[in-house]
Amino acid sequence: MSSTEIQGFVFAALALLVAGALPYFGSDYVLSLGISIAMFTVLATSWALFSGPTHYISLATAAFFGLGTYTTGLGFESLPIWSLIILAGVLGAVLAALVGLATLRLSGVYFVIFTLGLAELIRQVITWGQNMTGQKGLYVLTDLTEAHLYQMLVALAALVFLVGWLIGRSRLGFALRIIGDDETVAAHSGINTAQAKVLLFMVSGAVAAMTGAILAPRYIYIEPSLAFTPLLSFQVVIMALLGGVHRLWGPIVGVIPFTLILETISANFPNQVTLFIGIVFLVIVYFIPRGFAGLIETVRNWSAWREARS
Amino acid sequence: MNQAVLSLRGVTKRFGGLVAVNAIDFDVRQGQVLGLIGPNGSGKSTTLNLISGALAPTSGEIGLRGVSIGGLRADKIAKRGVSRTFQLVRLLPGMNVEQNIIAGAVFGHRRRWGAAAKAEAARLAERVGLAGKGHMAIDQLTYIDSKRVELARALAPDPKVLLLDEWLAGLNPTELQVGIELIQSLREEGRTIILVEHVMDAIRSLCDYCVVMSSGTKIAEGTPAEVLSDPEVVRAYLGDEDA
Amino acid sequence: MDIIIIGLLLGGTYALIAMGLNLQYGVARIMNLANGEMLVAGGFTAFWFYTAGNISPLLTIFVVAPVAFAANWLIYRIMLEPLVRRAKSRGQLEVDSILATFGMSFIAVGLMLAFFGGDYFNYSYLSVPVIIMGETYAQNRVVAFASAVVICAILYAWITFSRPGLSLRALAVAPDSARLVGINVRSRAAIAFALGGAITAVGGALISSFLTLDASTGVVFTLKALIIVIMGGVGDVRGTIIAALLLGVVETLVASLIDPGLTLAAAYALFILILLFRPQGLFGRKPT
Repeated sequence: MSSTEIQGFVFAALALLVAGALPYFGSDYVLSLGISIAMFTVLATSWALFSGPTHYISLATAAFFGLGTYTTGLGFESLPIWSLIILAGVLGAVLAALVGLATLRLSGVYFVIFTLGLAELIRQVITWGQNMTGQKGLYVLTDLTEAHLYQMLVALAALVFLVGWLIGRSRLGFALRIIGDDETVAAHSGINTAQAKVLLFMVSGAVAAMTGAILAPRYIYIEPSLAFTPLLSFQVVIMALLGGVHRLWGPIVGVIPFTLILETISANFPNQVTLFIGIVFLVIVYFIPRGFAGLIETVRNWSAWREARS
Repeated sequence: MNQAVLSLRGVTKRFGGLVAVNAIDFDVRQGQVLGLIGPNGSGKSTTLNLISGALAPTSGEIGLRGVSIGGLRADKIAKRGVSRTFQLVRLLPGMNVEQNIIAGAVFGHRRRWGAAAKAEAARLAERVGLAGKGHMAIDQLTYIDSKRVELARALAPDPKVLLLDEWLAGLNPTELQVGIELIQSLREEGRTIILVEHVMDAIRSLCDYCVVMSSGTKIAEGTPAEVLSDPEVVRAYLGDEDA
Repeated sequence: MDIIIIGLLLGGTYALIAMGLNLQYGVARIMNLANGEMLVAGGFTAFWFYTAGNISPLLTIFVVAPVAFAANWLIYRIMLEPLVRRAKSRGQLEVDSILATFGMSFIAVGLMLAFFGGDYFNYSYLSVPVIIMGETYAQNRVVAFASAVVICAILYAWITFSRPGLSLRALAVAPDSARLVGINVRSRAAIAFALGGAITAVGGALISSFLTLDASTGVVFTLKALIIVIMGGVGDVRGTIIAALLLGVVETLVASLIDPGLTLAAAYALFILILLFRPQGLFGRKPT
């Protein structure tokens, strides 16, 4: 391990400790913000694990998330929460594998389009199923407090960072970077490109489903239109891109400011949320294509260059 | 008797109504440098694409050491020991020279990882004349150096057959000499190579054997001296009136 | 039987919308995910003209078309051309244009919410029955279908037989060669994009005469148009029309036989079949 890596680990461990201790010193409002930030950190980081190197834009987060909430919603009375989280992860991976096998052999456009409607598709099917059986929504009544949920999310975030770090050092991570650069070269170098993409998409899908499973008790009452809200997918994409997807720590740099600003806007101007998201999308595309992480690196390189010259 | 490393039997590729490669047969033996030549549009690159798995043949057999590889996916063919360079150089822009070479060493015919892959990349960088340039970015390279990176990447999995698609094209006369010497040294190493090439000097000095294609069909084969004096080959290159 | 005819009537309007998207993606190479918002804007205009001035949607389209053309031309020139210029590869342009048009779509939804609110809007235009082959249909659907057919026919003829149409087709097939034969690629691409937007907006005006729209329904139409374009094959006019009719019929069948809430699921079922078995489109050749 290099010295910068050790530094990174120490920093990450400290950050984790502080984040994990939040319920002991923060107010309820801070804790609820903390849950949003932890949730989006997990979702955006795992999104970037797949979409960062491959440039395939996945809008399926809401579908996986909803799948997870329904796993908890249907099973919390008979199974312990930890087993439901694992089950949700498995189901998310399976769904990701199915979507991946159908679309990832083809170009990125097919993938975007398919994932764009996936949450809506599942929502329609579940609603229909409920209409057939005469059910409405599901009550998820557990004795888990906000602090419990928050700490589970922080633990999941730590796991995601660890997995991301391991993937980054692994052959799979290297293969994905090659695929992102030139898929033809990747194939001719012996990489099974479809398999590599599907595998990583499964990781990303599993994590999103686990997040949904953890958060289900927070909603108390879940119904399809709440669990599968398409806006969630877009929020994740935008936060990850805003932070920068080419670094493991990138997305979190986007998640924190975006969550805080979005929180303020939805509290004060609830009708302008869509407009705000649209504007941030354009800002990213036109002005900061490499996100905040890219900006930070540019500034750092520039000051290093100035020091070298003086 | 040298056994054929790669053999093509009746290999055909149709695009709709157009027959790009028409029932091609040839063998490449161990340690042989085979030149695949012919005028533009004669189907040479398509043949290379069929061997490397970029395209699937419509019919016919491609065998690598007696095992059929025709129609397999490119990554499977690469794993069995076929490496290639591309007509228009394809490097990985997000990575430096060293990583570009390592990219060839990790997933192919011979697989290395970590320190072993790094060591092999350093050895190959030196082998192709890129010593000390491992940390350079791809967009800082001269044209010949970018070709060298691609060659090193193709050599990294220690392929049974190396396909070079106009690797010498576009080099200036000095660079061309360097390039020919480099391929010559690979030949002395005992590499089995298929060379798609237009540069006649290179064909004469490098190839043991040539296969000449015209309009998708094989029109001649033999030593470079034989095929280059074959009247049909001359006609194919220069057109009927001049023959 | 009447289900199939209702489906075909719906499919005719879908064809128009998908033609618009196909022009934008096939010729201008912009995957426009704000396409549905253009449709809703067209619908809003028709609604507003009808309720405020009692003007028929069939007349409104003569206003909608040029305005949408101009607006889309500006969007292409100002917002999208910089992306085309900076893109190093087709893939990069695809990602950039997807993200940029997402941004535009959110902004459009946000603006429409601000001006018109989140309510559903519909109006009753020509909702009188007509009888065709012994069955009754709503006249507005028939009129919308007929208008869509006329516009599709004009467009098809223009693309197939006129000189500018020919240059658009050249651009779709081989953008690099098109430049060599003296076609001004950028200006043609802008025109294709503008034309595509205008057609979509007209489609929206027509569709609003028989469907209920609201500010955020755009994305559903974007999805349907995308599925049609992929099903029919990018740049394939005939394929687009057949795919649109097919989708219209399948959707109507599912809606009336199983559940009206499953229309998108029906579209997806078709989409998955296409992806698995004919990713090159219904009539496309295998890519080489």
